[in-house]
Amino acid sequence: MSAVLAPTVRIQRQDFDVAAEIAGLTQGRADIGAVVTFSGLCRDEQGALAALELEHYPGMAEAEIGRIATEAVQRWPLQGLTVIHRHGKIAPGENIVLVVAASAHRQAAFEAANFLMDYLKSRAPFWKKEHRVDGSEGGWVEAKETDVKAAQRWKSSE
Amino acid sequence: MTTRLIYFAWVRERIGTSEEDVELPVGIETVADLLRWLQSRGEGYEHALQYPDVIRVAINQEHVDHHEKISGAREIALFPPMTGG
Repeated sequence: MSAVLAPTVRIQRQDFDVAAEIAGLTQGRADIGAVVTFSGLCRDEQGALAALELEHYPGMAEAEIGRIATEAVQRWPLQGLTVIHRHGKIAPGENIVLVVAASAHRQAAFEAANFLMDYLKSRAPFWKKEHRVDGSEGGWVEAKETDVKAAQRWKSSE
Repeated sequence: MTTRLIYFAWVRERIGTSEEDVELPVGIETVADLLRWLQSRGEGYEHALQYPDVIRVAINQEHVDHHEKISGAREIALFPPMTGG
């Protein structure tokens, strides 16, 4: 196998362009047979949510997602991996997170993207606060036990 | 030695500051010791840390558990379970 790929990790306030990020991984190459993208968007919670405020730990957010991404490229034969996570105020319908995994074959790309999202949910230092349409503060989103379990399943059968 | 403590999300809101530099007293050796000591520093701390088991901790920007020794830590962050993605 060739040298292990260096993943791209970006933490940013501004939006991202999914098509441009895919093109950034595939342009000028003929060895990629599969690209899996996951985009996470802000839901409006049946019209009740005005915005999500995403707080993050600058420095550690990059470092932790970098560690997760590095684990993914060591675990699966990937030809490209990009992870982008936004912070700040995000309105319903807007993008929050993007994972793009490129590989020769689909299975590695699917699994790596899935692993990235499961780990990122429970280990990347981001916290969501809700702002409600009625002007009230909806409070901090609570962590889900199902997200913790989702991350744990990647640890078994080593 | 001075240690920088950083707080996020509701831990930050309840304590009432996003970061502070503290001189850790002798005997504070682990993360669990630190949480116990902080709880005694006032109402906000008590409120933020009343269920220490749920508090997540990072030393020098890496996750650690509550048994971790804190000697030599430049930066210790306390925060709730993460909800990104």
